[in-house]
Amino acid sequence: MRVSLSWLRDYAALPADIDVATLDAAFVSSGLEVEEVHDLRDNVSGPLLIGRVVEIEELTGFKKPIRFCRVDVGESEPRGIVCGARNFVEGDLVVVSLPGAVLPGGFAISARKTYGRVSDGMIASSRELGAGDDHDGIIVLPEGAGHEPGTDARGAVGLDDVIFELAVTPDMSHCFSMRGVAREVAHRLDVEFTDPALATLEPTATEESPYPLSVEDTEGCDRFALRAVTGIDPTAPSPQWLRRRLSHAGMRSIGLAVDVTNYLMLELGQPLHAFDLATLKGGLVVRRARAGERLTTLDDVERRLDPQDMVICDDTGVISLAGVMGGQTSEVAPSTVDVLFEAAHWDMRSIAATARRHRLASEAAKRFERGSDPALCAVAVQRAVELLVEYGGGVADARVADVDHRVAREPIYLDPQLPGRIVGVPYTDTEVIARLTAAGCVVQAGGEVLEVVPPSWRPDVTDRADLVEEVVRLDGYDKVPVAMPTAPPGSGLTARQRRRRQIGRVLAEAGYVEALNYPFLDTAVLDRFGLPDDDPRRDVLRLANPLVESESALRTTLLPGLLRALKTNVDRGIRDVGLFELGVVFHPRPDWERVEPPRLPVHRRPTDEELEAAGRLRPDQPQHLAVAITGDAEPGGWWGAPRPADWTDAVAAARTVAEAAGVEVTVEAARYAPWHPGRCAALRVGDEVIGHAGELHPAVCDALEIPRRVAAMELDLSRLPTAEVTPAPRMSHYPVALIDVAVVVDDEVPAARVAEALGDGAGELLEGIRLFDVYRDERVGAGRKSLAYKLTFRAPDRTLTAEEAVAARDRAVAVASERFGAELRGV
Amino acid sequence: MSYHSDPYDPKQVAYLSPESLAEAVDAARKAFAAAPDLDALNQIKHQHLGDKAPVSLARREIGALPPAAKSDAGKRVNAARQEVSAEYEARAEVLAAEAAQRVLREETVDVTLPVVRRRRGARHPINLMTDRIADLFVGMGYQVGEGPEVEPEWFNFDALNIAPDHPARTMMDTFYLAAAGRSDSGLVLRTHTSSVQIHTMLTQEPPIYAVSPGRVYRTDEVDATHSPVFHQTEGLVVDRGITMAHLKGTLEHFARTMFGPEVRIRLRPSYFPFTEPSAELDVWFAAHKDGPRWIEWGGCGMVNPRVLTACGIDPHVYSGFAFGMGVDRAVMLRHGVTDMRDMFDGDVRFPLALGTEE
Repeated sequence: MRVSLSWLRDYAALPADIDVATLDAAFVSSGLEVEEVHDLRDNVSGPLLIGRVVEIEELTGFKKPIRFCRVDVGESEPRGIVCGARNFVEGDLVVVSLPGAVLPGGFAISARKTYGRVSDGMIASSRELGAGDDHDGIIVLPEGAGHEPGTDARGAVGLDDVIFELAVTPDMSHCFSMRGVAREVAHRLDVEFTDPALATLEPTATEESPYPLSVEDTEGCDRFALRAVTGIDPTAPSPQWLRRRLSHAGMRSIGLAVDVTNYLMLELGQPLHAFDLATLKGGLVVRRARAGERLTTLDDVERRLDPQDMVICDDTGVISLAGVMGGQTSEVAPSTVDVLFEAAHWDMRSIAATARRHRLASEAAKRFERGSDPALCAVAVQRAVELLVEYGGGVADARVADVDHRVAREPIYLDPQLPGRIVGVPYTDTEVIARLTAAGCVVQAGGEVLEVVPPSWRPDVTDRADLVEEVVRLDGYDKVPVAMPTAPPGSGLTARQRRRRQIGRVLAEAGYVEALNYPFLDTAVLDRFGLPDDDPRRDVLRLANPLVESESALRTTLLPGLLRALKTNVDRGIRDVGLFELGVVFHPRPDWERVEPPRLPVHRRPTDEELEAAGRLRPDQPQHLAVAITGDAEPGGWWGAPRPADWTDAVAAARTVAEAAGVEVTVEAARYAPWHPGRCAALRVGDEVIGHAGELHPAVCDALEIPRRVAAMELDLSRLPTAEVTPAPRMSHYPVALIDVAVVVDDEVPAARVAEALGDGAGELLEGIRLFDVYRDERVGAGRKSLAYKLTFRAPDRTLTAEEAVAARDRAVAVASERFGAELRGV
Repeated sequence: MSYHSDPYDPKQVAYLSPESLAEAVDAARKAFAAAPDLDALNQIKHQHLGDKAPVSLARREIGALPPAAKSDAGKRVNAARQEVSAEYEARAEVLAAEAAQRVLREETVDVTLPVVRRRRGARHPINLMTDRIADLFVGMGYQVGEGPEVEPEWFNFDALNIAPDHPARTMMDTFYLAAAGRSDSGLVLRTHTSSVQIHTMLTQEPPIYAVSPGRVYRTDEVDATHSPVFHQTEGLVVDRGITMAHLKGTLEHFARTMFGPEVRIRLRPSYFPFTEPSAELDVWFAAHKDGPRWIEWGGCGMVNPRVLTACGIDPHVYSGFAFGMGVDRAVMLRHGVTDMRDMFDGDVRFPLALGTEE
C-alpha cells in the first residue's frame, strides 16, 4: 500500500512540520512495515517554477516539429525555451526548470544551444520530474488554482509530498485503505482522526432497485449495494488531484468512472465495480457459478468457473467473477454514458479460494480475501455517484439497492486480567477498556468479564488472543519489559546430535569441506549413474511445483548434489577437492499415493490413530552422509611427491566416521552403481550393509564431466547404531611379543578375510594384527599373492615365552590355511 | 714395565720437583687450549693424564723418596694432577658446547618454506552457526528438537492455525509434492521450522523449552538474497505464566550473544497465524556497512491458543512463546556475506574461509 502524506493529512490531523522519521516510527509501531520512503521533495533540486507561455514560434526544417517558446517566469523578461511537446498553446501555465536545477536521474539543466536557439531552461513533463507516469506531453496547469508565474511549482505538481510504501499483514486488511492507515497513525500520534466513511450520509435502500437485482447466495455475499448515474460526459477527464492521488498510489488513470472506483477503494478499502448499464441485459443475479460456465475476464483470459466461485450474472450469463475481476462484456468503456456502481461484501474464504483457483491476485481480491468492512457498501456507491456527477456530469438515479443480510458479530468475552497475564504488563481494567475502545471495539464492562464486539473493519479479530494483541499493540510493544523464563534443568544434546557434530569435526579434520546442497534432483543423473531400473534410488518423490522443471524430484542419494559441487570446484580451477555432506534423503513409503490424506482436526488434539494415519503419508527421511574426493589427497611440494586421492580415501573416510561413532564397520567387495565394479566396498555393520565406498565408475565420471578416479562414500547414518558405553580397556604391562608372518593365497581372497582367519586362529593372546605388505612375483606364483602381517601377542598376566607366541602364530596360520589354503612363507 | 717399577732409580726423581710439576701443568693447559675440537682434545689427553704423562711419572717417583718427604711430595703430585684434570674437563666442556652449537647451526632450515602437508577441511558456517545457537539454548536448559522436512500439510499449516483457504498458505510460497492419481498429495516441503513445534507439543507435556534448527523451503528463485532452501532456528517455550516479557528477554539475550553485547532489539507488531500477539524482531546494527539501521532477523510471538489446543495443551493453564530466526541471515550479518549463492554452491573456499569457531 502506497500512502501519500498529503492524502493522509485529510483524515489524520498531523502537525504541519511532521518529519519522515516520526511518521516512519508511527507506521512501524502500528504494525505497518515501511518498505520504502519516496520523498518527492528530493526529486528536483534547484529552481522549478511556474511559467506562462507568452509566445510560441514553430521551428521548421528539423526531423520533428520543434517550438521555441517565450516563457514568463516572473522575471523582467520572458525566457526563451526550446520544447518538443505540442500539447499547449500560448497563454498556458507550465512548469519550468531553470538552469541550475537537477532532475531525477541526475539530469542537470543548463542554458544550451539547440535547434539553432539558446534554450534557457526546460518545460517539464510529469515523467521528467518523477511526478507521475503521464507522458502525453508537458504539464499544463489549470487556471484559477492560484498558480502565479515565477512561484515554486513543486506544490502544483505534487512534488511537495512524501510517499510511504507499506507492507500490510493479512490481519491488518483495514490498512489497505487510507481510512485504515490514517486511523492507526492518528492513534499512534494522538491526533484527531476524521473518518472519510462518515463524510457522506449512508443512503437508504429504495423500494425499487436502480437495476433489477436478485442475491441468491447470501452466505457468499451478505451485502450488495447498487446506484446508477445516467448521461455522463464520456470525455470528461478525471480531475488533476484524483489522477495525482492514483498515481502516487501506483495506479494508472483509466477514465473517470473507473478512476472513481479505484479512488474509493484506496480511500475506504471497499472495492467497487462500474458496469456500463447499456451492456447489461435483463437483471443482475448474484450466485455461485454452475459447472461448465465460462467467463473471459478483463485480463483477457477465458476462465472455466468452479461451482464454488461467486459470480454476478445477467441474462447473457456470467458477467463478473465476483470480488475478483470483472468480465469484458459489461466493462465501462470510453463511450459509456450510463454507469451502474456496485459495492458488495463477499465471504473472505470464498474469495480467497477463487483467487487461488484462478491464480488471480487483483487489488479487489487482495482486499476481499483478507476481509473488507461490510459497513461501507452503501456509503461507497453513494460517494461514487457524487464524484461521478461532480466531475462527469450526468444525473444520479435516486434509486438505491442495498441487499443487506449481515449478521451481528458475536461478542468476545474477555477476562480483563488476561492481556496483562500474557504480555507481562500489569494493565488495569481501565487501560484494557481504553485500548480496546481505541481499536474500535464496543466494550461492555460491568461483570467479571468484558463483553467486546470488534469493529466492522477488523474481521481478523475473533479470539481473546486477538484482543490481547490489540491491547499491547495500541499500548506499544516498546513498553513490554524484559524478563527471563526459567527452564527446568536440561540434559543437553542427544547422543545422535553429539555424534553428528563429532562426525562433522573428524571429517573436517581429515581434510573434507562441508557442502550444503539443494535436495532437488534431476533424475537423468540416475541414468548417468547407471542405476538398474529397479534400484530403490529411482523411486523418488516429485514436486508438484518445482522451480526448475528438470529438477522436480527429491534426492534419494546425496551423491548427485555432492558430485555437482565437486564439479563446480574443479570447473573453478580448484583441482584438489574433498567434500562431505550430512543431510536427509527422501524415500516414499510403499503405496503412499493410495493413502487418502486424512483430515486431522484442529479444535482438539488428533488421536494417536489419526496421527499415525497422517504419518503413513510421510516419506522416510533418513540422514545420510557422503564424501567425494578428487585430485591430491596429500599435497606434494618441495618435500616430496603428492599422493593422489583414490579408493582408499573413500574407505578410510568410512572408517574415520565409524571410529568417531564408536561403531565397527567391516568392508567387503561389492558391485554397486555408480562405483567402479572392481573398486567398490560395501560397508557393513553387523549383518547390515549401511553404505558403499570406493572409486567411481569411469563411465560415470565421463558422463558427469568430472575427473576420472573420483572416490566417493555414502552411508545411511540413521542405520549406524549409536555406540554403547565403552568399558575401560585392561592394559597389560607385560612385554609384547612381535611375530611377522607372510602367507600366500589366491589373488581373489580378500585380505580382510585372511586377517579375520588369522585373528580367529591366534586366539586371546593376539593384541593386534596389521597387514604391512602385499606382493606378487614368480616365486609366489601366478594368480597368487603374498600377504605379510605383523602379529602382536601379549598376555594379561605374564611374560609370554617365545614358544607360546610361535604356537599362537601357528594356530593362526592353520586357520587361514584351512579357510583359504594359505601357505606360510618364510619372512 | 720393570724399568718404571723400579722405585729406586735416581734418574727418575726429576719429575717430582715443584718446577717440573708446574711445567707439566702449564704444558697441559696450553696443549688443551690449542686443541680445536673434542677429537683433538681426546687425542692428546693421554700425553697429559695417561700413564706416561709427567704427573703420572712423578707419582711413581714418590716411592724413591725418604719417608719424611713422601707426604709432602704426594700432596704436590695430586694437586698437579687434579689441576691438569680440571683443565681437561673445562676445555672438554667448552668444546662440547661448541660442537653442540655447530650441530644446531648446521641443522638450521628455512622455516618460511611452505609446509602444506594435509588438505584443509572445514565444517559449513551455517552448521557452525546452528551449533552455536543450539549450545546457547542448551546452556539455558533447552532441548534441541528435530523434525521431518517433508510433512503432511496438517503439521505445516492446519495445526499452526493456517486453514486451507488462509491467504498465508499462498503467502508462504509452498513447494507441494505430487501424487500420482490425485491432485492433492497432502504433502509439502516444510516452509518453516514451526512444524517442529507441533511434533514437540504432540509428544511432550509442558514445561517445554526447545529450539529446533533446520532446513526450510520456499519457492523463491535463487538470487543474491533469496534461496529456495534456507535455515531457521525455531524456539518454543510452553509453561505456566509465560509472558511476552519472557519472549523479549530471551530474544535480547539471543541477539546479544550472536551479534555482540552492544546490539539493541525491537519487537514490532506483525502477523503470523500461529502466534498472537505476533512480532517481527529487528536488531539494531550500529556498524552496518550501509549505515546504522534496524535489520529484520525473524518472527516471533505468543503461541496462539488455537495451536496449543490442536496439540492437546490446555491454553487456560499454559501459555507460551515461539520464535523463528534466520540462520543464514545471521551468518550473512555476522560475516558480511553479500551473495547467498556463495553459501550453497559447494565452493570450498567459502567454508574454508569461515568454517572456524571464533
